[in-house]
Amino acid sequence: MRGRIFVTGFGIISAIGRNARETLESLRDSRSGIGPITHLDTIHKAELPVAEVKLSNKELAEMTGVTEYQLTTRTTLLGVIAAREAARHAGLDPSDKQFLTGIVSATTVGGMDKTEINFKNYQKGWPYNHFISTHDCSDSTEKIADYLGIRDYLTTISTACSSSANSVIHGAQLIRHGIVDRVLAGGTDSLSKFTLNGFHALLILDKNPCKPFDKDRMGLNLGEGAAYLVLESERSASEKKVLCELKGYGNANDAYHQTGSSPEGLGPYLSMKEALEMSGLGPEAIDYINAHGTGTDNNDLTEGIAIEKIFAPHIPPVSSTKPLTGHTLGAAGAVEAVISIMALTHGMVFPNLNFRTRIPELSFDPVKELTKMNKVRNVLSNSFGFGGNDSTLIFSAC
Amino acid sequence: MEAFIRGVGNISPQYTYNNAFFLEEVVPHYSIRLLSREPDYKEYINPIQLRRMSRALKMGVTAAGICLRDAEVGTPDAIITATGLGMMEDSEKFLTSILDKGERLVNPTSFIQSIHNTVGAYIAVMLKCNKYNFTYVHNFLSFESALTDTLMRLEERPSERILVGGIEGLAEEYFKITDSVGFWKKEQVESLKLLRYDSPGTIAGEGVAFFLLTKRPDPGNYALIRGVRAIYKPGDPKDIQEKIDPFLDKNKLEVRDLDLVLLGLNGDAEHDGIYHWLQENYFQENSQAYFKHLCGEHYVASSFALWLAAKVLKHQRIPQVIVLKDKGTPGKPIRNILIYNQNKNITHSLMLVSSC
Amino acid sequence: MEDLILKLKKEIIGILNREDITPEDIDAEAPLFGDGLGLDSIDALEFIVLLEETYGIKIEDPKKGRKIFYSVKTMADYIQEHQKN
Repeated sequence: MRGRIFVTGFGIISAIGRNARETLESLRDSRSGIGPITHLDTIHKAELPVAEVKLSNKELAEMTGVTEYQLTTRTTLLGVIAAREAARHAGLDPSDKQFLTGIVSATTVGGMDKTEINFKNYQKGWPYNHFISTHDCSDSTEKIADYLGIRDYLTTISTACSSSANSVIHGAQLIRHGIVDRVLAGGTDSLSKFTLNGFHALLILDKNPCKPFDKDRMGLNLGEGAAYLVLESERSASEKKVLCELKGYGNANDAYHQTGSSPEGLGPYLSMKEALEMSGLGPEAIDYINAHGTGTDNNDLTEGIAIEKIFAPHIPPVSSTKPLTGHTLGAAGAVEAVISIMALTHGMVFPNLNFRTRIPELSFDPVKELTKMNKVRNVLSNSFGFGGNDSTLIFSAC
Repeated sequence: MEAFIRGVGNISPQYTYNNAFFLEEVVPHYSIRLLSREPDYKEYINPIQLRRMSRALKMGVTAAGICLRDAEVGTPDAIITATGLGMMEDSEKFLTSILDKGERLVNPTSFIQSIHNTVGAYIAVMLKCNKYNFTYVHNFLSFESALTDTLMRLEERPSERILVGGIEGLAEEYFKITDSVGFWKKEQVESLKLLRYDSPGTIAGEGVAFFLLTKRPDPGNYALIRGVRAIYKPGDPKDIQEKIDPFLDKNKLEVRDLDLVLLGLNGDAEHDGIYHWLQENYFQENSQAYFKHLCGEHYVASSFALWLAAKVLKHQRIPQVIVLKDKGTPGKPIRNILIYNQNKNITHSLMLVSSC
Repeated sequence: MEDLILKLKKEIIGILNREDITPEDIDAEAPLFGDGLGLDSIDALEFIVLLEETYGIKIEDPKKGRKIFYSVKTMADYIQEHQKN
């Protein structure tokens, strides 16, 4: 019998808020964080809207007392803020030797935000060559771990857009197998020229705010941010106020193409199915689906088809919150997990902005406005990444 | 948590890709840069797929194929990969193209292939494997993380057969850049004499090692992995000893039960001290060996070490080229091997492998 | 037209990174995608870059790509038509 996994805290920073409180306010007010690029030096500045965290690196560092902000990647700065908020929210004290504490973080950008600026100058020596050591994905994880004093278990995951959903899955597994008692699980990604140009070359960026699940959708908007959940075993959560339970999860691979889902949405279908099976819930028990819903041609159609296959004819309210937060890549799984938990604990479904016309192949519209519900008992959150990496998380009220 | 190694696939700076052999021929490298001895990829990958692939991707996909063939498995039940830097060759290519072309007209292929889970994704597409697929990217603990995940999964699903591997390709720019900040030796080096230079720095390597793990006993199994442990910033290096005892104890072993200790010494005079202390004060009665003179230093070198341990246990032979100290009794079977690897006293890892 | 077709074939071989193919191996009228050369959507994106970089023609809507890149001949026709402007 699998041990239960509880969420005792979370932290989040994104284009719609510096912390959980601000995030919830923006969600309630349907206030999108998408706007023009301000802190990336790129030729695409005037052309591509993004969802930036509205703070400079200096300001981010000031929030947490991180010194020498110029030597720290933006990915790390965002991560420290969200991780600290989560740890505080959960009353997590890693020095308490009664319990083993771990961190599972995720990122796709890693230190690239600094690497791309300094790459051509490494031969000039210090300080440029300092950023050789901050480039790889584990740098932000270790900096966060050191900041919070976590040492019992550390790892980092990178599976494109499903990365931090996978952090949550792995965190739960580590607890279930007794490797740690509680885990800070999530991810962080900052905007970078590397990813902006990469997605631009794939022709999947919308020059306007994105329109998930709309017939005339034109692509996604990149975002940045970080979010972490504190997951605990029954034992370590026993004295605490628990926010919800991680009831189920699944990871599957579409195995179709590097950048696109199979037409029938096989990978998404399998990950949702696996999560439902683990949760013991039937499709009718899901009160809200926070979709991956990037606004690309391929994702929204195939995700929609997979949702229909499992949930039709009683499709629950579905929305993508990416028109608010942008697509935060490696952080998306965790950012949207936090949003899903907010939906659960506040009894509301957040809107899918910018929607007008239904995709002809689908039989449902996403939720267009903030909707209060009598009860939101079970929320399903999807995150699907390049390389066909598809993950689903289910959170339940308790 | 334990599992058998049913199949292996290893592409490294030694001739390791043919499983019929075991270091009968050893390649000395007269360079601080150890590049892999590569098979003819056309035998494993068709030209339509091969055309785009970076070296790391070719090595990754091929080693996985060799491993699955060795294990007689068509499609695994999960694919779990590990890498420190990911697809560095493609990252460098894309980054250079953005910077040199002023962000205009950049080619998308190298961006797509720079994504860290590319090898796992390619294997999934080639095998039409819809199963669990994760990629770990935590510097010198990447492979240990992947192994931990694999062992946990097999505890829950004992009938599964899981493909797990470490991938690291030595990219051109990365090598030059790290050379400029003193990662590698400054002097002319012969790899097989790695431990004789009393100087800072080490030699750069690369490689891919895949394993097919299962809980099913089988005469074809190489070895039994009995445990893996990752340790972060332990403080005093002598504290490591305090971590090793309970790790062995959990497996009902003591230090003297180890027939071989395989150490991650890399010839860096500034950081090998931890190993020396353990060699003299803790492992002094054990046979000792090392491996980085064969594969070089890189983030998933411990996967090469696991391959080495598996082969030693299967063939019941310790190749002379890896031996540092021989405390073995002739005729006594080789049963238990401890692999210990560390980096600058920040990350340490232990793997216990036994015969089966 | 013949020169353009030959030039295109060489450029395609370059993009594909296939040393084992010569221009003679490519039938100008045969479909490029699917079987045969085995091109996919990523190659289509590379062609879009090629068209802009070498021929100064910008394709804004990737969905148009399938028709334009159907065969070497259709690519050549498109280039001839749009290069005039």
